[in-house]
Amino acid sequence: MGRFHRHPDGTVHEHDHGHDGNHGHDGDHDHRDVGDHTGYLDTGAERVAVLESILDENDRVADHNRADFARAGVTTVNLMSSPGAGKTTLLKATITALGERVRLGILEGDIATSIDADELGGLGVPVSLVNTSAGFGGECHLDATMVRSGLGRLPLDQLDLLLIENVGNLVCPAEFDVGQHARAMVYALTEGEEKPLKYPVMFHACDVVVVNKIDLLPHLDVDLDRFVANVRAVNPTARLIHLSARTGEGVGGWCDWLLDVRRGA
Amino acid sequence: MHELALCQAIVDTVERHADGRRVEQVDVRIGHFRQVVPDSLQFSWELLTEGTELAGCRLVVDHVAAVIECQACGEATTLEVPILVCSSCGSSDVMLVSGEELLVASIDRAREVC
Repeated sequence: MGRFHRHPDGTVHEHDHGHDGNHGHDGDHDHRDVGDHTGYLDTGAERVAVLESILDENDRVADHNRADFARAGVTTVNLMSSPGAGKTTLLKATITALGERVRLGILEGDIATSIDADELGGLGVPVSLVNTSAGFGGECHLDATMVRSGLGRLPLDQLDLLLIENVGNLVCPAEFDVGQHARAMVYALTEGEEKPLKYPVMFHACDVVVVNKIDLLPHLDVDLDRFVANVRAVNPTARLIHLSARTGEGVGGWCDWLLDVRRGA
Repeated sequence: MHELALCQAIVDTVERHADGRRVEQVDVRIGHFRQVVPDSLQFSWELLTEGTELAGCRLVVDHVAAVIECQACGEATTLEVPILVCSSCGSSDVMLVSGEELLVASIDRAREVC
């Protein structure tokens, strides 16, 4: 069986031999906690200490992304949520509210289809679509390399703020640094109050939790106070912003937060 | 769901360190705060290594407990559930000191080049 590789330029190919790319490793490692790492085992093999993060390669590419963002002077926010929580609707509301004042760009991650990208592109901002099914049958997240593959299609130098819409999923996107300045997640009131306890890593990883669909509050049994307490149990410091992307109520608070991130606040 | 992607990264790391020799075992450390499903990881490992030079190589997972340290009272708590609250004083001003590991710790490789 061959192995799929995705390269920073977005090309994906398959080959059967070892990877001969430049994987130089310049990290400074502490080998003290692994005992005899040249010792021979009973099998005649030798145990060699590696002590490399499994996400080392991802994190290296994320650093390249970060450097590119810094060079272009663009602030990036990684926007995550479960499917249907309202990321795309929030982006549309954001473009409407901020589009005149801030040069926005969107990097749109979806497993398949260009539906969201087409919708956002129609609003006059540059949109780069990354379909994650190009490589491995539908990755459930954006990693640093996938984001990098989409950056070339954006005029980074002409942007102030790049919003990365991650793949709808409350598990995997939280694990991958893509080089963003801040992480935000959208939670919809319709999802129930226990979500922070069921998906603690996602809620823990975020700088801000957008509580969306508050216009539906009168029609739902959801206990908002309990939800907030559950967020606090896994993330004592995240900012909570209540809004309705559909009606526009509270979107100003979200935009203020984006501008704070832009100012490095 | 991302275990396949993680396994591909493990394979790449192992190949970089194999030095052209047969690798019999790979030891990885994975923290409890990481969302890795052990069975899914093993399945992905077998899928990715099948028919390659790593076929038959064992993947051994060392699970690392999630531990928080209270900034208020200094007490360490090993978490059974991912609620970040000090078990001693109830403060939520805590720091996660372990449980986020995701590491290739070592490989066992043959002494001879195959």
